Order: sequence, then C-alpha cells, then structure tokens
Amino acid sequence: MAEELKVIVFTLAHEEYGIEVDKVRTIERMVPITRVPKTPAFVKGVINLRGVVIPIIDLRGRFGLPESEPTENTRIIIVAANDLEVGFIVDSANDVVDIMSDTIGVPPEVVGGIKAKYLSGVAALGDNRLLILLNLSEVLNRSEIIQLEQMGD
Amino acid sequence: MEMNQYLSIFIDEANDHLQSLNESMLRLEQSPEDIGIVQIIFRSAHTLKGMSATMGFEDLASLTHEMENVLDMVRNAKLTMNGTIFDTLFKCLDALEGMVQDVVGGGTGKADVSELVETLKAIVRGDLTAPGGAAADSAVEDKPIVATELLLDQFQMSVLEQSVDSGMKVFHVQVFIREDCVLKAVRAYMVFDFLEKNGEVVKSHPSVQDIEQDKFDRSFSVYYISRIEEDELRDGILRVSEIESATVMGVDRSSLAELDQSKEQAAMQQVQAIKQAASAAAAPASAVPAPKASAAPAKPVAQQSGGASTANRTIRVDIERLDALMNLFSELLIDRSRLEQLASEVRRNDLTETVEHMARVSGDLQNIVLKLRMVPVESVFNRFPRMVRDLAKSLDKKLELVVTGAETELDRTVIDEIGDPLVHLIRNSVDHGIEMPAVRTAAGKQETGTIHLRAFHSGNHVFIEIQDDGAGINRPKVLDIAINKGIVKPEDAKKLSDDEINMLLFAPGFSTADKISDISGRGVGLDVVRSKIESLGGRVSVTSAIGHGSIFSIQLPLTLSIISAMLIKLGSEKYAFPLSSIVETGSIRREDIRDLQGNKVIEYRKSIIPVVSLARVLDAPDYRDDEEKETEMLVIRKGDKLAAVLVDEFISQSEIVLKTLGKYLANQKLISGATIMGDGQVALIVDPNALIK
Repeated sequence: MAEELKVIVFTLAHEEYGIEVDKVRTIERMVPITRVPKTPAFVKGVINLRGVVIPIIDLRGRFGLPESEPTENTRIIIVAANDLEVGFIVDSANDVVDIMSDTIGVPPEVVGGIKAKYLSGVAALGDNRLLILLNLSEVLNRSEIIQLEQMGD
Repeated sequence: MEMNQYLSIFIDEANDHLQSLNESMLRLEQSPEDIGIVQIIFRSAHTLKGMSATMGFEDLASLTHEMENVLDMVRNAKLTMNGTIFDTLFKCLDALEGMVQDVVGGGTGKADVSELVETLKAIVRGDLTAPGGAAADSAVEDKPIVATELLLDQFQMSVLEQSVDSGMKVFHVQVFIREDCVLKAVRAYMVFDFLEKNGEVVKSHPSVQDIEQDKFDRSFSVYYISRIEEDELRDGILRVSEIESATVMGVDRSSLAELDQSKEQAAMQQVQAIKQAASAAAAPASAVPAPKASAAPAKPVAQQSGGASTANRTIRVDIERLDALMNLFSELLIDRSRLEQLASEVRRNDLTETVEHMARVSGDLQNIVLKLRMVPVESVFNRFPRMVRDLAKSLDKKLELVVTGAETELDRTVIDEIGDPLVHLIRNSVDHGIEMPAVRTAAGKQETGTIHLRAFHSGNHVFIEIQDDGAGINRPKVLDIAINKGIVKPEDAKKLSDDEINMLLFAPGFSTADKISDISGRGVGLDVVRSKIESLGGRVSVTSAIGHGSIFSIQLPLTLSIISAMLIKLGSEKYAFPLSSIVETGSIRREDIRDLQGNKVIEYRKSIIPVVSLARVLDAPDYRDDEEKETEMLVIRKGDKLAAVLVDEFISQSEIVLKTLGKYLANQKLISGATIMGDGQVALIVDPNALIK
C-alpha cells in the first residue's frame, strides 16, 4: 500500500532534501550561536531555543560539503530523533510537499556528494525535481562524533 | 477502582514503617533490654498490620500479626530476645519488604509466609516463663471473639456504673457506614480516633481489632464515656465522611441493670459452650476479654500519636510537580537577569528599586525551591547497617559500619539512583576488603573490621567515601588477572601507575575473588557501578594501601539546577565558573609566571601552583593572554589542589540556571553545561575539575 508522506523540503548546495514532518519541531531563522570548544568542526555550537539549549550542526559540514556564510535565507531546522534534539543549519527551507511512499527509490551510492548511508531514499517530485530523503538516525549517529572527538585529543 | 487512591499512600507508609522496623530492630539488637524500643517496633508492626488488612493484603497482615504476638510477649517480659528471635524477625521484615515490593510492582502482595508464621508461633509456644497466660493470650488473638451482642463483663459494667454514679455522660453509640464505602475500616478508625480524643470507649462491638481488620459489616457500636455533649458527639461522628448515620443513646443505671441481666444469660450460654468444647486451651473466657477490651482501644491511641506528628507536618508531592516548579522558576530567573540588565540601562530609581526587591524575593524563593528537592543521603544510607550486619553474619566476619554525614543533602534524582552503586561498593568492601577474623588477628589488627561510610560536601560536589581497614588492593594480582582476561596487554602493564591499576577493578568483566561467592565476585558489579555513577555526572576513584585497606570515593554533582557563578570573558566569548570552586580572584603580571620543567607556574600564598591559560585550553578564537602584561586570574580548587586560571575579564557574579548541552553533545570534558544569560544568549559553564590534573 502506498502511503502519503509529508516532507519538509530544504536546500543544501543547490540540491533539494526532505525530512519527514513529524521529525521536525520548528524552523528558525539564524540566531547567534555559542561555540562549544573541542567539538567537530560541523558542530557550530548551541543556541537558546525558548529556554532550551540545543546543539546546532552545519549540515553542509556534516556531509563534507564546503561551508558557506549565512544569508537571508539560511534557516535552522530543529529535528528530534533518536531521543536527541538537534538543529540543522541549511541554505533555505520553504516548502512542504506530499510524496507517495511508492515513488521513493533506493538512493545511488553518492548523491550531491553525500554518502548513501545518510540517505533513506530518493523521490521524484515531477517537473524533473528530485528530492533526497535524509536518514536522520544515521546523520545523528553519535559514534561518529565520538570518533572525531577522540581524533581531536 | 477507588482503592488506587489509597494504594500509593499505603505503599509509602508501609515503606516508612518497614524502615523504622529495621532501624529499631538493629537498635534493639544492640540493647535487647530496652523495652522502649520494643514498644516502637510493636506500634509499627501493629499499624502495618492494620493497614495491610484494610487494603486486603492478607499475607502481610497475618505475618505482622504473628510478629506482633512475639513482640507483645517481649514487651510484657514474658519472653527475652535472643539470636534466633532476632534472625526470625529480620527474616520476617525481608518477607514483608518483598511483599510490599510486589505490591509496588502491581502485584497482589501474596507470598508464602506459612513457614515464618510457624516459626513465630513456635517462638510464642516454646521457652516461656508463663506458658499458661501467653498461650491463652495468643489463642484468643487467633480466634476473634465472636460476641454476638454488645455484652459487658463485670469490669466494664462496674466502670460504667461508677461513671453514671459520678455524673459522667455515658452513651451507647451505634454508627452505620455508607454501603458504597470502600475502606470501612479507615472510616471506623476515624470515628474511633474522634471518640478517643473526647472520652473513653469502654466496649466496642465488633472488637476494635476486628474493625481494624475490616471484619465487620456496615455498623459497629460502642459504650462510651464522653466528655462532650450528646449533640456534639453526634455531629463529630457524622463529620467523618462516608458515615451514613450515628445513633447516640444516653445510658443510665436502669438500662445498665437490664444489660446486666441479659449478660448473665449470655454468660451461662458461654459456660456451656466452653464445657462442650472441653479443650484445655479454652481459657477463662469471661476473664480474658476484660483486659483485652480495655487494652484494645489503647492501641489506636498509641498509633495515632505516632502517626499524627509526621502526617500533619509533611505532605507527599509528586516529583514531577517539583520539576515543573523548578522549570518555571528557571524561566523567572532568566527574566530577572534580563530585567536587571534593562533597569541598569534605563536608570530610573523606582524601577531599579522594584527590580532589586524582586531579586531579593526570588532569591528567597530560589532557596526554598532548591531545598524542596534536596533529600538527606540518610534515606539511602539507612539500609546499610542492616545489610552489613547480614553480610557479616553470612561471611562469618566481624564488622562494624560507621556512618558519618548522613545529613548531607543531595538532589532527589541523584538519591534515587545512587543506592545500587553504593550497595555494590559496600558489598565489595565487606567481601574483598575486610579479612576473616583469624587473618586479622594474625596481622596484628583488631578482630572486628571497620567500614566507614562518609558523605560530605566539597565545592559543587558531594563526596561519598567507603573506607575499609582491610587487606587493601593486591595490585600485582589485579594486574595478573587483567592480563589474563585480556583487559590489559602485557606490554602495557608495566607503564600503568598505581592509580591506573586500582581503576582496573572497574573494567568490564573483572573479578579478583578467588572463590565466587554470592555476595560479590561474579565480575559484574564494579564496572556497572562506574557507568552508573558516570551517567549521573559523577566520578569514582580508589586509593589503597596494602595491609591498611582501601578508600572508594564517589564524587557526585549536586545537580543543583541553579548555582552561583562567576561570569568571565575571553574576547567575544562568555563563560561561567561555578563560584564554589573559586578560591580567589585577582591579577598577575606576566613576569611573575615562571617556567618549571616546561610547565607554567606561579607562586601563590607561599606555594607553587600551575597556571592554566583558559583561552588556550578552550581555543578561544579572538583572545590570547600571552599578549598582556597583566592578566586577570581565578584561583580554583579541586580537593587540595589549586590552579590559577587566566581569563580576559571578569563580568560579574550571578545566579545561573544550569542547562545540559543536550544528549548530542554529552560527555564534554571541559564544559559541564550551559546557561542562558539575561540577553538570551547561551554561555557555557566551565568544569573547573577538568582544568586541574
């Protein structure tokens, strides 16, 4: 049975990505970020989101894409998965779409320079738009951070 | 079911009573002659029995009932406590605890207590100085007196007659409880409570004990010598909820005379019944109820005085509500610092005054909110004397546990979690630390081993130490085992320091016990202890000297959600230092910093202490202290070690709300948390302990 999925669409280096709506808490504009020392470079620090301190990850950095300066359109998407609450810095986020689960295909090895293990699938959106769906639990996998932290020591 | 609302009360109170039973039993073991302690134990057991019976936990009730019989004999000097009785009673307490735990877990509280009950009965039967009286006593208690009418014996009759003659108000009161009442016994108890306060119950039907155990229908009646008027009496009874009606009738001489006649007839019937039963145990049936009935009403009074003092002054609050209160208060505190900042910008006198007043009030409020969550470690420590006693017995070791600092307070959440790790560590000390008495004597030590359990505050932490005067850690043996089990590579073994070898005890899968005992030594334990304590944000360490014993030390954060901190600047970044670890603030000139074997040090109050460049440690992006001639410094302390921390600028001292960095950034070594400042920005809290090696 094909199910309908609601997905938040955001862009990162001219590609369109999707995160299921129920994993997304809120979408915020850029705010000042407090740096946390001795963390991997893609961890930008923490912000105060209405009284809760939330770690912020630059998604470009996380995927090994070149980082860019924030612009008017830069957004922070606060997601909650694996018992974690984390904010992703993305180039822009401005759309919610419905996709049918049967239109999601297996992602190729590398899409837009991102390893397949961080992706859960690729969906065609019509008009030649391709939406890459993130595998959140892999993106938020802490074991990688711990490795990175130990390398830093 | 409506019982649920009573169940949590039952569980809380049952646990309290079990705890007090355990404590009192231990005290009694030290001074078996002290009848006062027996009284306390008896009262607790009695209350527990009543509660259990009311809630329908029959096994609980029957076991406490038998315990009560034994205790009753002890307090009436018919029985002297000895080792067997203590052991049996302790076993009973364990069984009771098991049943209560079962109830906590949603079970029915059922357990096979027949063996214990038999042992208790045997104690009651055996070695008695006055077998006749005691046997009769227990026989009567086992079989509730089946009095079909409210009959008075001679003693009670004469009491009533005298009261009537001397002009006191004597009433016959009959109380009906509503049919839909769930806990009849509780309501009845409340009525009795009221009656006891305002006069004397001479006789009740059914007996007070039966009423307490719910063995009555909807009504009960009493003969009552009252100090208050009839109307007042009736109103008072009806004020107890779920009471349907109360009939109060005055009693005078003539009605008493009538009663006397009917009583004689009934007595005749009883005598016949006794003859038919022809049993030796059928003690003087008419004589026994007299002291019993007069003794029975006294019990609820004792119970009342014991329970009321605490019940009236404390309430039990759901921890979640306290958490909610705490969160709300944190929000308020953040707004307060924002207001303070605004007021200093606006510079209007009445605004500043108001904000200052608000700051004072919220300061008081903060103290109260924080104290609400703090619990003395006593609530964890108080189970250990019993545990050590049992362990010592089962291992044939001689042991003394010395507890100090039980009044040290810790956050409730930590208290809840710290119990199991401590049990492990104490078991470990008893089993592996303290030697057998013969070995101790041979080593020239006292036969009795001592374990010190200490708790104390230091800085922002609470330390709990377990010190034994046992054999100490045999480091070569520890190393051998670690190498055998593949925890350490043989080539690395030589490089390990003594402390590192000690810490191998906490490695997963490690066990030094020669024999596997059921106390400890399955190799699960100490590594679990470490991970548990680390998950609480604490640390474990061991120091040990061969032949002199070991000290296991646990360092725990107070997890106070609000702390006093010094806010500092490193260029554009702001950080907070817990005030508790700061000894002094000051400044040093660059030329005073000396180089000692590659380490920077300064002279501070006639000692040499290391200098830490915070900017360098935290990789501050836009500040370095080495460009300055004179630098601000914080002198911080960890235990007895000091260090000077170089910072850019002091901002202010402030109350800050502790926030975690979130799970994603857990286990940061240098940063213990974050806080939200008046301007809404996040500042990180530096962990001073990570700066001192």
